[in-house]
Amino acid sequence: MSLDFSTPLFEVIRDEKKCIQCKVCVKQCSNKVHSYDEEENLVKADDIKCVNCHRCVLLCPTRALSIKKYSLEFRENANWTGQAINEIYKQADTGGVLLTSMGNPKPFPIYWDKMLLNASQVTNPSIDPLREPMETRVMIGRKPDSLEYDKKGKLITQLPPQLELSAPILFSAMSYGSISRNAHESLARAATELGICYNTGEGGLNRDFYKYGPNTIVQVASGRFGVSREYLNAGAAIEIKIGQGAKPGIGGHLPGRKVDEDVSATRMIPIGSDAISPAPHHDIYSIEDLRQLIYSLKETSGYKKPVFVKIAAVHNAAAIASGVVRAGADAVVVDGFRGGTGAAPLRVRDNVGIPIELALAAIDQRLREEGIRNQASLVIAGSVRNSADIVKAIALGADAVYIGSAALLAIGCHMCHSCSTGKCNWGIATQEPELVKRLNPDIMYKRLVNLVTAWNHEIQELIGGMGINAIDSLRGNRLMLRGVGLNEKELEILGIKHAGE
Amino acid sequence: MKKVYAFENRCLGCGICEVYCKTAHSKSKDVIKANKNENVTSAIVIEEILQPKAISYFALQCRHCADAKCVKACISGAMYKDENGIVRNKEEKCVCCLSCLLVCPFGAVKKSKKGKTVSKCDLCIEVGEPQCVLHCPNDAIKVLDDKEAEALK
Repeated sequence: MSLDFSTPLFEVIRDEKKCIQCKVCVKQCSNKVHSYDEEENLVKADDIKCVNCHRCVLLCPTRALSIKKYSLEFRENANWTGQAINEIYKQADTGGVLLTSMGNPKPFPIYWDKMLLNASQVTNPSIDPLREPMETRVMIGRKPDSLEYDKKGKLITQLPPQLELSAPILFSAMSYGSISRNAHESLARAATELGICYNTGEGGLNRDFYKYGPNTIVQVASGRFGVSREYLNAGAAIEIKIGQGAKPGIGGHLPGRKVDEDVSATRMIPIGSDAISPAPHHDIYSIEDLRQLIYSLKETSGYKKPVFVKIAAVHNAAAIASGVVRAGADAVVVDGFRGGTGAAPLRVRDNVGIPIELALAAIDQRLREEGIRNQASLVIAGSVRNSADIVKAIALGADAVYIGSAALLAIGCHMCHSCSTGKCNWGIATQEPELVKRLNPDIMYKRLVNLVTAWNHEIQELIGGMGINAIDSLRGNRLMLRGVGLNEKELEILGIKHAGE
Repeated sequence: MKKVYAFENRCLGCGICEVYCKTAHSKSKDVIKANKNENVTSAIVIEEILQPKAISYFALQCRHCADAKCVKACISGAMYKDENGIVRNKEEKCVCCLSCLLVCPFGAVKKSKKGKTVSKCDLCIEVGEPQCVLHCPNDAIKVLDDKEAEALK
């Protein structure tokens, strides 16, 4: 045995005056931080195991617990921060790639916060959504170049398949395997009640969830887990996942220990085997190859369902999106570098990709310039934190947004960045039956419904204030945005004026 | 009548119900004082069931049986069924012979730690609503009438 260089990140503070030794914390911590010492009648904590997930803090009946940043400091150094040093220690210890979870936490600019919205004053009346009708429904799918009517005014043009959403919000792709069955059930039930969609992720669709089909987007990723004709026809739309914002350019790896009987049946792989998604689709090396896959999926689903293609926001996102639209996608999904994940190499998550705001503006602009914007809807993902982000995204040109991290927060996630350990104390990113149980779908689906309902109200308030009564009238209306503290280049890419202009 | 039903598929075995049961049946009604200083016996107990894959839990307490054996067995007339059908124990009459404890088919009557009496669920009649149900973090115990409980089965 040699010396272990790791030190705790957090410190568990227990107020002994309040602690009643009920051992709730001991029973609830899957990381085994808390333990009860019978001899001394004391509950103790091993700080080094703590991931700061707040489970014990929230369940403690006497509020005796709090968690603080561990106070051990290195000598101050702007270059060699404590985190940088600890990462070296860890890699020197293990010789491995650093793994992490959730989205990029680095202090890169958040462009949502550097854009402000307009409101009507005097010359153009604002609209009160409590008194007047407001439309937040969106249709996702290819729109025809022109519409033709017969003499009686009946529409002759046959519309390509459209996905109707009651709000411009969808739940992001999170596979069964990466998240628990109960988390999946909560998302599916909430999407059904709300009239929006959730996404299966690449893990296939469990038999029990086929009933939520009209509100399900089934994903086809490079691993092709759980893909069959029945699966492709089970949902309301099909999504081909090329890339993911949190880890552009690399695939996925679900460890074998998470592949239990149910996950194995859903993914169509043997129990206990690692589920490895290759970095590329081995049958896609060009836009033409992508077109072949898009059309084979359309053929399989009888041209009745829109086919989405999801890419990560990378340097040439606009050109890539243009190719994707030309390949026949009914919707392009772009996932920004802040997008979440169940597990990703830390260096990739923190250093690869570009901000979704810039990618979105560039893609919308490019598709308009090429005259093909109508041929596909544009859905964005990658850290949409609130309703204002959604309104700004739509003003920049998005049709709808995917929310992943926000949805998980609604059902208990506390952003401890430990999904990849499989020991999620909130029953989300785990397959251990005792932990999965902690997420009661009867309670949690309602929280998701509440969140989206609240955001939808706020969207109505915000667009009403601009004098707009339908979300479709805001789309690409960049005059409703002004930048603050942005340079000329950023304003040019975003296609917006600076505040005051 | 309404009583507390346990759902083992939701029970985490955290024991918060026990903490609040003790609080509700304490003198101080204060969660810290009741659990630290007062010797209260919880009328709800988390039971473990060992299953092939994992441990499963459920919260056990008095079923308030229609034909309550504990009431019949009571030698001092302390155990009785009140007008709402709740099986209760008059502590001042109880001689702690433990006949009720022996006949209870569920093991829901406990010998009280604080003196010569027994402890059992009274649906928190003094406090209002059952505190275990109010504080359960996962809806694993619910107050239901017979029909509602039947519908959920």
